[in-house]
Amino acid sequence: MYEGNVTIPEAPIKGEYSKEQYWEWLEIMLRIRRFEERAQIMYMQQKIRGFLHLYIGQEAVAAGTVSASRHSDPVIAGYREHGIALARGMSSRVAMAELFGKITGCSKGKGGSMHFFDKENNLYGGFAIVGAQIGVGAGLAFAEKYKGTDNACLTFFGDGAINQGILLETLNMSKLWMLPVLFIVENNQYAMGTAVWRASALYPQGGLYKIAEPFGIPAKQVNGMIVEEVHEAISEALEFIRGGGGPYFLEILTYRYRGHSMSDPGKYRTREELEEYKKRDPIERVKKTMLLKGFATEEDFKALEQKIKEEIDDAVQFAEESPFPPPEELYTDVYVQQDYPFLED
Amino acid sequence: MRVITMREAIREAMIEEMKRDERVFLMGEEVAQYDGAYKVSKGMLKMFGPKRVIDTPISELGFAAIGIGAALNGLRPIVEFMTWNFALLAADQIINTAAKMLYMSGGQFNVPIVFRGPNGFAGQLSATHSQSFESMYGHVPGLKVVSPSNPYDAKGLLKSAIRDDDPVLFMEAEILYNDKGEVPEEEYLIPIGKAKIVREGNDVTIVSFNKTMKIVLEASDELTKEGISPEVIDLRTIRPMDYETVIESIKKTNRLVIVTENWPLANVGDELTYVVQKEAFDYLDAPVRCVTTADTPAPYSPSLLQIWFPSVKKVINAAKEVLYLL
Repeated sequence: MYEGNVTIPEAPIKGEYSKEQYWEWLEIMLRIRRFEERAQIMYMQQKIRGFLHLYIGQEAVAAGTVSASRHSDPVIAGYREHGIALARGMSSRVAMAELFGKITGCSKGKGGSMHFFDKENNLYGGFAIVGAQIGVGAGLAFAEKYKGTDNACLTFFGDGAINQGILLETLNMSKLWMLPVLFIVENNQYAMGTAVWRASALYPQGGLYKIAEPFGIPAKQVNGMIVEEVHEAISEALEFIRGGGGPYFLEILTYRYRGHSMSDPGKYRTREELEEYKKRDPIERVKKTMLLKGFATEEDFKALEQKIKEEIDDAVQFAEESPFPPPEELYTDVYVQQDYPFLED
Repeated sequence: MRVITMREAIREAMIEEMKRDERVFLMGEEVAQYDGAYKVSKGMLKMFGPKRVIDTPISELGFAAIGIGAALNGLRPIVEFMTWNFALLAADQIINTAAKMLYMSGGQFNVPIVFRGPNGFAGQLSATHSQSFESMYGHVPGLKVVSPSNPYDAKGLLKSAIRDDDPVLFMEAEILYNDKGEVPEEEYLIPIGKAKIVREGNDVTIVSFNKTMKIVLEASDELTKEGISPEVIDLRTIRPMDYETVIESIKKTNRLVIVTENWPLANVGDELTYVVQKEAFDYLDAPVRCVTTADTPAPYSPSLLQIWFPSVKKVINAAKEVLYLL
């Protein structure tokens, strides 16, 4: 029986990236980290309720994906999607207001943490039924192909979704119909409290990405703690898809520092394991590289920290001061039909 | 007027809407090369090609999701289920995604999709192939549920469903596909959410939809022969339900019998009964009766199936009971 955590392969970085690119990555990752940390505090102050799933530790996945894709590529994700939404361009204000349940939130306060939607940034959710977005993502890709664009749909899901039937159904149809869809499993190694090796028979076979191979879909494992590697893998996959190659599958190995949700005591893993991963922190790594390349100084980092702190402060203030949805919002957005006859006693 | 089958009427609706709007396409099991499991889509592959008439593998959950994704991204899919019994595998996508997307996204993403296929029993197909889902899906806000009984209504309602910006579940019936009816050559639409008074009468209101309408009309003939004047209403749409037409009828007849191919608990008729007693209590001269399928799975054996399903006799008896003639 295979046990224990996956060793994250560290491939040599192929590309050379500009100072601007590193700054973009750092800013996105830092924004996500600080946003999520503040969300955690706001949750403890009961400003945010319900379920809150934090992205901390996985920031390089969102940052590397966004830099390697186009804004016109549709994106769809599960319920740990704050990071992807922020990386895609959603403002911290609108994101925080959604968590507060305010009318100014990205989904007018009707979705909450698990349902971030952003039409302007081609973000289609925010899905809270594990794996449901996988088929919908293939449908977004179907429409791109039908319309004759060369956009590809970035379909994110967690390692827990690997075991849902919809994944197999979708892998099959997306290959049959050569849909321009990039499947991205963010393997953060725990489906709630269940270690991935306890739930997937694929693990001893080398990894979750093995699920795509029988369908003839190219699949790879990527180190998700290194933003350059994520960027390179996504770029390569998208080039393949845009060239008419059909679907592509990436298993991005990452790690969440926080619990599954806010109510998770985390007894299923050791303190040491968590500390081990924190040593490979994606943000610290990028900062080190930037210093080494002479792209930044410690002073520059402090200035960025300050800028983001102000942005998050402002987002919290915005969320605080925004109104809750008024009662009439209960009945809006159920149907497009404006005069739908709702039943009321 | 021209007479065509229900199968042809449904096909015509799809063909007309696909000619009218490039964004409309049909997908489902056996819809293309096989010409449809029940030949509803016969000839459509030839007419529109494989880009717009698409055979799917047997993966109801997966292709329902793909349809929804396509609808979110600018297309207007018609997703055919070989029967609604099989669509239970897709219930997560219908109930959790299609019905809720507009709401959860704060109005950003609507799902203009039609899920259609035959519903309910179709002979001796036993328990898993004989279920009706109007009550179950009618429960869910965000969905619209249409269940027509004849070619004319089926065509006009399906065209409206395809043009609707909300998700519409369209429930047909295998044993109605060969039924013939008058359908004009020229284009027409029937609005979703409007019932139809099929026969005017004064003594008792009988409400039904889909294939039990045939039983109701037969029972109505018998009752008329006996000097009783029933008013027959075809609901046509389950969600939203047209209470107004039923209530106005009860103000005239003071009696109501509801006939459905649904199980008794949480039946479409229960909700209708509730609203009627609330809005027209003083007009009722007898308790409301619901004729339903038996409170059991559908049996295979003909001797049991016969008593499982609503019958002409049961409808006649219920009507006579509310008239205190039995």
